[in-house]
Amino acid sequence: MGKLKVGIIGSGNIGTDLMYKIERSDFLQMSTMVGIDADSEGLKRAKDRGYHVIDNGIEGLLEKAALVDIVFDATTAKAHANHSKLLTALGKKVIDLTPAAIGPFVVPSANLDEHLDAPNVNMVTCGGQATIPIVHAINQACTVEYAEIVATVASKSAGPGTRANIDEFTRTTSRAIEKIGGAQKGKAIIILNPAEPPIIMRDTIHVLVKEERKEEEITSSIEKMINSVQDYVPGYRMRGKPVFDGKKVSVFIEVKGAGDFFPPYSGNLDIMTAAAAKVANEIAKKQSTFVQK
Amino acid sequence: MKRDLQIVDVTLRDGSHAMKHAFTEEQVRQVAKGLDQAGIEYLEVTHGDGLGGSSLQYGFSKVNEMKLIEAAAEECSQAKISVLLLPGIGIKEDLEDAVKAGAKMVRVATHVTEADVAKQHIELGRNLGLKTVGFLMMAHMAPIDKVVEQAKLFESYGAEIVYVTDSAGALLPHEVKERVSALKENLSCEIGFHGHNNLSLAMANTMAAIESGATYVDGSLRCLGAGSGNTQTEVMAAVFDRLGYKTGVELYPIMDVANNIVAKFMPRPQEVTGSSLIMGYSGVYSSFLLFTQEAAKKFNVDERDILVELGRMQAVGGQEDLIYEVAREFARSKKVPV
Repeated sequence: MGKLKVGIIGSGNIGTDLMYKIERSDFLQMSTMVGIDADSEGLKRAKDRGYHVIDNGIEGLLEKAALVDIVFDATTAKAHANHSKLLTALGKKVIDLTPAAIGPFVVPSANLDEHLDAPNVNMVTCGGQATIPIVHAINQACTVEYAEIVATVASKSAGPGTRANIDEFTRTTSRAIEKIGGAQKGKAIIILNPAEPPIIMRDTIHVLVKEERKEEEITSSIEKMINSVQDYVPGYRMRGKPVFDGKKVSVFIEVKGAGDFFPPYSGNLDIMTAAAAKVANEIAKKQSTFVQK
Repeated sequence: MKRDLQIVDVTLRDGSHAMKHAFTEEQVRQVAKGLDQAGIEYLEVTHGDGLGGSSLQYGFSKVNEMKLIEAAAEECSQAKISVLLLPGIGIKEDLEDAVKAGAKMVRVATHVTEADVAKQHIELGRNLGLKTVGFLMMAHMAPIDKVVEQAKLFESYGAEIVYVTDSAGALLPHEVKERVSALKENLSCEIGFHGHNNLSLAMANTMAAIESGATYVDGSLRCLGAGSGNTQTEVMAAVFDRLGYKTGVELYPIMDVANNIVAKFMPRPQEVTGSSLIMGYSGVYSSFLLFTQEAAKKFNVDERDILVELGRMQAVGGQEDLIYEVAREFARSKKVPV
């Protein structure tokens, strides 16, 4: 059984960075980059690396559908609704990096196995990928009644899509904190910081747990979780120890990217593409194992 | 009446920081009623960090802000309620709720370089028929041409007034003048100024702003705002009267609400203290004050060191979580016993 062939729609920053991560995945084979601008950096780079390149968007991909088994969509929520319908009809697996959220949310270290068979999965938001693992880890040790995350990213790492629709970040992340993190109530805050040199993505997770004095269990659950995220984002780390104040627990995280296409400070973008690649790799692994059996 | 200048009172919003977001409904009713009777046309009622600001990061509101907005609106016969919204913290639904509660003005605030995150919210403000304002926070952190560029974005989205907001109380009068004049020259909407008194310059900066063409100026009663508070509303009323500007605000009644109502529940006098002075000096967001004092105490470090470091790191509004980390780092590097 060969590797699953990967298509990426959207040859912008996210799509381009993703390409490099696919190259490192054991069960995936980078195949096709799809864009709408033949001169885009992403298409040029894909071509240079010997991949198929399509510059007339989804129509072009549909004509050559046999090139791909699994498709990442790094375009927009609006375009994704259409892409998803067309691709799933052809039996292609779809990984959604837009805020469309048609399929279930997936945060690899929290609920990877639950949705490997879904036709379409959604990668939540960058802030969600960086913080929901921690909420989930705390919730495994002690019921989380309320969880709030504050994601601070370098202004240069927040693209025009995020900026034009910042409420979607807030809403989607809050929802996923509840749904995947397991908090009874979730809240998300995002802050853009224009400092020069750009700051590395920082995330603070504040939660209210149901019981006090669960410090050891909570800390050990968080530490285990950090290791599990580091498996696909090596630059993910906790700053200091978790801070306990009665029922309140605060955890400080820093996310340094792998520096594939984005500069390392853009941990917010890196964790999105790394998590998406991780999900696709697991899907491919599962299919490959299934066939072998 | 025709006013030459609009004094916007922010006691019930910026003061929320100084009150640790614990305004009661009764306090809000009394202040709103007093401001209304004194002739203030716009008064702001929101969590200190804007709609949706109630959180572990900034402090939970003691009373739901929608309830406070509604209460304030009920007390007013002529005055209108303004709300603050920081995209990234509050969302459009919060603004819709605030309008249902009685808000008539929205001020959409972003860091001085990040105006483009406010497009949707400014457009929504206009669509809802609100007086819509763009608020460029931490205006000391960007050069003039950047401030102009960002202000133009606000104007292009539909803002009717654009504010130079000196969130850190760091601007000096000539810097206020440069910024307000540049906006006046390059924009056709009205210009506002929001100051903080950390360097004891709030009134002087407000003067510089109006002399450069600002027509909306913010104040708080007894300076009840973040850091050392804002330009003092009742002082502004007196000064503008002496200068011959019509503000529509009557001196004795505005003094009475300041001294008979606000002064009674203020947790501490709004002096320029060691830490607020350093905020102005090193350009740190004024609402960091109480969080810094708390962290300094917990880690036994000098609050001034924390603030200077935050200024050096170019922290922006909303990054309260950074304070704790900076304090912890100082304690560790100095081996201060905790």
